[in-house]
Amino acid sequence: MMFQCYRRGNGTFGVRNHLLVFPTVLCANAVAEKISLAVPGSVYVSHPLGCGHLGADKEHVMRSMAGYCSNPNVGGVLLVGLGCELITPETLAPELSRSGQRFQMVSIQECGGTLKTVEKGRSLASALLEEIGQIRREPAEISRLTMGVKCGGSDTLSGLTANPALGVAADLLVEHGGTVLLSEVPEMLGAEEVLAKRAATPEVRRRIFEITRAMEDSILKMGVDVRGSEPSPGNIAGGLTTLEEKSLGAILKGGTTPIVEVVPYGARPEKKGLAIMDGPALDAVVLSGFSSAGAQVMVFTTGRGSPLGSAIAPVVKVATNSQIYARMPDNIDINAGTIVEGTETLREKGRQILEEVLAAASGKETASEKLGHREFAIHTLGPTL
Amino acid sequence: MNFGALIIDPKDNVATAVRPLSAGERLRLSVDGKGVEVTLKEDIAQGHKLALVSIKQGEPVIKYGETIGLATCDILAGEHVHVHNVEGRKGRGDRR
Repeated sequence: MMFQCYRRGNGTFGVRNHLLVFPTVLCANAVAEKISLAVPGSVYVSHPLGCGHLGADKEHVMRSMAGYCSNPNVGGVLLVGLGCELITPETLAPELSRSGQRFQMVSIQECGGTLKTVEKGRSLASALLEEIGQIRREPAEISRLTMGVKCGGSDTLSGLTANPALGVAADLLVEHGGTVLLSEVPEMLGAEEVLAKRAATPEVRRRIFEITRAMEDSILKMGVDVRGSEPSPGNIAGGLTTLEEKSLGAILKGGTTPIVEVVPYGARPEKKGLAIMDGPALDAVVLSGFSSAGAQVMVFTTGRGSPLGSAIAPVVKVATNSQIYARMPDNIDINAGTIVEGTETLREKGRQILEEVLAAASGKETASEKLGHREFAIHTLGPTL
Repeated sequence: MNFGALIIDPKDNVATAVRPLSAGERLRLSVDGKGVEVTLKEDIAQGHKLALVSIKQGEPVIKYGETIGLATCDILAGEHVHVHNVEGRKGRGDRR
């Protein structure tokens, strides 16, 4: 099976060819936005980070930012900084150079204010856009794909329809030599043993228990019953009773293949196959983390209906029930509700999801792309000073 | 075809409603070729769970063949199984 990709100089394979205008600090958000709006065809994100990070948190945020900016779907980056922040464009530059990414930098204090920075940024971004516009799609093997799998706004049908169908697609991708990323560690609590049984090595097994225990400890430290947060009020209204129930339904979307690796949040897996990425379950944080970890495409199952997308990647939305598919038609790509209606099997739906992933990878716009959804959020480890 | 509710694993003592179900309805379900019959004692919303057998207080509630929580009171076959009669064992910082 093949898809049409943008081949990158560093040996990776993009499914989009975005010019990304990326603020390295929140103080540069508005300037980055103004630059991007002045350069049609570019994309931008905003975030509340880039300064006040400490120790391991600083490394964690820098790795996530650099990973996002060097995702294969990004043909070029304009880094926009302020000048006095912790994470300046210059501090991200070495990592972007190492990954072979094409980039330019601009800083507000150095340029002498918002207007001059927007003008210089517009000119640098326009030149980058022209440069990456020369790159053409070419065929690549499906084994070059990394697919992030996510569920959000879950209901009890998530674990009966869309998640196991996505699991079928994940198994097929792994069978063809590709990579699948599963995350949302809170939604592994209660399903640790099920996952650990599938660990490819004793080290992977040890890491599965390590990350789930650390997540449970951080929850217990808050001194309350996790219910109400996990499952969320919407999950409970949808019929999910406990975190364990949600977890057992959530992990189905990763399929049934051996777990070959556990990577930190936003870090790229080194092996092909199914990998677990450490981190929280918050939807935008997971999608952004998958991008930082090198996923070119994501599939997102939803029962209550989620509009989320990504500035740099196609996100294929799968409804768990026919009602939400009918109620939010502009947000959802595929309906898996047909499985409980008996008109389609899990296997058929799984194949359809993989076909849709390949179509999206080759250029077909997903619902969230058509609507311009570009939510972005990075996980942090420590206090912001 | 609409069978009303789904049992995922033969070990399960609950099923999930795949359409809104009404009190008094008699469901004929099957899992792995084995038939299970249950009469509903109350209305069950789509996506919510019903007990297939009686579950005593403190006993595990089983779905996907795994324990999803413990019954906080006796639950009769055909009753709604949810946050009012089941508690999770994970993330209970309030029990520390």
